Amino acid sequence: MIDILNALALFSNFVVVPALAYGSQLALGALGITLVFGILRFANFAHGDLMAFGTMVVILVTWLFQSWGIGIAPLPTALLALPFGILGAIMIALVADRAVFRFYRKQKSKPIIFVIASVGVMFMLNGIVRFIIGPDDQAFADGARFLITFREFKELTGLGEGIAVRQTQALTVVVAILVVSALFWFLQRTRTGKSMRAYSDNEDLALLSGIDPDRVVLVTWIIAASLAAIAGTLYGLDKSFKPFTYFQLLLPMFAAAIVGGIGQPLGAIVGGFVIAFSEVTITYAYKKFLRYLLPDDMAPDTLVQLLSTDYKFAVSFIILVVVLLVRPTGIFRGKVI
Amino acid sequence: MSAGDATRNRGLITFAIMAVALIAVGLGQSWSVSLSILQLCLISAVMALGVNIQWGYAGLFNVGIMGFAALGGIAGVLVSKSPVGEAWSVGGTGVFLALAVVIATVIVAIFAHRRLPRGPARIIGMTLIVGIGYFAARAFFDPAVDAIEGVDPAKTGYLGGLGLPIIFSWAVGGVFAAGAAFIVGRIALGLRSDYLAIATLGISEIVIAILKNEDWLTRGVKNVSGLDRPVPYEIDLQETGWFRNMIESLNSSSLQVLEPAARSDALQQFVIDGSSIFVKLCYVLLFAAVLLAVLWFSERALKSPWGRMMRAIRDNEVAASAMGKNVTRRHLQVFVLGSAVVGVAGAMLTTLDGQFTPGTYNPLRFTFLIWVMVIVGGSGNNYGAVLGGFLIWFLWIEAEPVGLWLMSTLTSGLAEDNALRLHLIEGAAHMRLFTMGLILLLVMRFSPRGLLPEVVRR
Repeated sequence: MIDILNALALFSNFVVVPALAYGSQLALGALGITLVFGILRFANFAHGDLMAFGTMVVILVTWLFQSWGIGIAPLPTALLALPFGILGAIMIALVADRAVFRFYRKQKSKPIIFVIASVGVMFMLNGIVRFIIGPDDQAFADGARFLITFREFKELTGLGEGIAVRQTQALTVVVAILVVSALFWFLQRTRTGKSMRAYSDNEDLALLSGIDPDRVVLVTWIIAASLAAIAGTLYGLDKSFKPFTYFQLLLPMFAAAIVGGIGQPLGAIVGGFVIAFSEVTITYAYKKFLRYLLPDDMAPDTLVQLLSTDYKFAVSFIILVVVLLVRPTGIFRGKVI
Repeated sequence: MSAGDATRNRGLITFAIMAVALIAVGLGQSWSVSLSILQLCLISAVMALGVNIQWGYAGLFNVGIMGFAALGGIAGVLVSKSPVGEAWSVGGTGVFLALAVVIATVIVAIFAHRRLPRGPARIIGMTLIVGIGYFAARAFFDPAVDAIEGVDPAKTGYLGGLGLPIIFSWAVGGVFAAGAAFIVGRIALGLRSDYLAIATLGISEIVIAILKNEDWLTRGVKNVSGLDRPVPYEIDLQETGWFRNMIESLNSSSLQVLEPAARSDALQQFVIDGSSIFVKLCYVLLFAAVLLAVLWFSERALKSPWGRMMRAIRDNEVAASAMGKNVTRRHLQVFVLGSAVVGVAGAMLTTLDGQFTPGTYNPLRFTFLIWVMVIVGGSGNNYGAVLGGFLIWFLWIEAEPVGLWLMSTLTSGLAEDNALRLHLIEGAAHMRLFTMGLILLLVMRFSPRGLLPEVVRR
């Protein structure tokens, strides 16, 4: 019995807790991608770099606050700087829309032209971020490290294994829940939110009923950029900030959006967790876990790792492929592709 | 004058400007730098041609160029390195058994998928088959890999290659890339165009992950260096009689004026410089030959009925399919062809580097930069793609010294150790990403058909 509890604790510590945090970050990122896809109808390749840009502003403001001695310990200072990051991301997204995307919208260009334009924006954002903060890792988390440490948990429960919960992980999940509830309230209950959903559903009908398309697009960018800044900051707090990593997050985020059903906000959240849990469970080494569950003579000597952690991109990709083959519209019946 | 003539004149002028720019670098910096840029210009042009086949002919947006180029690169290793006999004897059987198990699993899975009724039975059956196959393959694979990687890890630790001349790897690289493209294409073509983009982005990351981690095949991040060369080595040339004589006669006028004592030292220096330039020229000739061959085939294909059909599909899929053209099949065909060309270019790149370093593949440099080349050069026009390859690579290389110079000049009013100045100078290298993005957006906006627009024949 105690072995089963130990195994569960071990599993929670290395799989459930990290995957919950990572899934929340992916979900927030994928929400931004899916909103842009639903309203503007293109896959935004600049989203990862938009995240990086917002996070960069947060980091810079965090450093400023730290040098002034302003903080909200035990919470990380970055939380105080987050509004500035959101503002920064919104500004750059609106500038990009005004300078680049609006032109093609007026021209009614094909979606693929938007995608290529977003690649141009991605390049420029990437250059700006690397120019300002450099291409290297930046750690900016401060405040209390753990909500509950490994040892505290062990002492509390008397088990052989503990569950350590880092403060940033708990924070990620809490912030994600708050943000997502606010977003859903906005989309379901407010006039602007409803007009956005109407526009996403059927553009012509929405235009006929007097919805102002410019306003819908504006609000979409504001929300997508805010989500990007929040997701980026949470990811950076939880792991660390590196511009290139943020670019690479594109693939799991796209996968999350498509798996859930692209254009469906709820799908993006579910997709984020599906991707995160698959990545972590498939790349986790089950050796110790099985030791607890199996009799001694059956215990494995290998790591029992399905795929090495370097293949985590492969996991999102394989899920993506399976979904494309089996159910191209995604779990929640997104846009018919 | 027709539109075609105007484009042709424009092409001649722009290529002339390109040549002048390369000569200017040769005179201003050095001929060695100029030739190095030219080598990579040629490779980039081949890659851009491959992408142009996909995008310009058929409107397929492939952002996995890095992966296909890397597959070409590994072909360089697998073809040219001599096989590691010991590794084969300790692990070869295991790897082949694992491969056999994988193939058997796939066959059984396909068979079961056809036979089992839809529903839970099929899901459970498929899961069981794939699961058992996976663990059986791992049971053969893991010990074999450990054994192979244990063979003199500092030097080999991998199976090695076939020990053939590296020039064959150019074709093999094309085949590897084509194979990968076939698999991706079967899955993602026929869906929305953005999906191909996302799928190719994924496959390229996976290819790089495999090349980095499967040490038994590629040595992973330990890299494979000292690849065979299709051209002579500098050190051999310097000791070859005819080469020394040639250099001596070429530089006879400047040698005449020297004292006899200083003459042999000066000649030695000329021979050393000359050998490096000679080697680079050999590469340039080889690459130029490939570029011209690919260009010739592409032009022929574009002007053939096949090319006309591809353009018809690109411009209006519905109409083309109503005329009885199988859009998805043609897309697959063109996707495989274009990827093969990229694979050839990837193999050429590894050949030029003389080493295979999976860690250096970066999507910004290997995927998106090629895209800038195609769009800026003129999608749909092969000469445009070649021009884009030359121009953008030239700018990419020269943007760094220019950016550095610009930043130093701008900040010259600040003190030597001013933090802002140091930061700006350090960051100047990253501005080339920004510049490339800006060029891409400006061309798309103000000259969407590129520098050398596609010539529309009626």
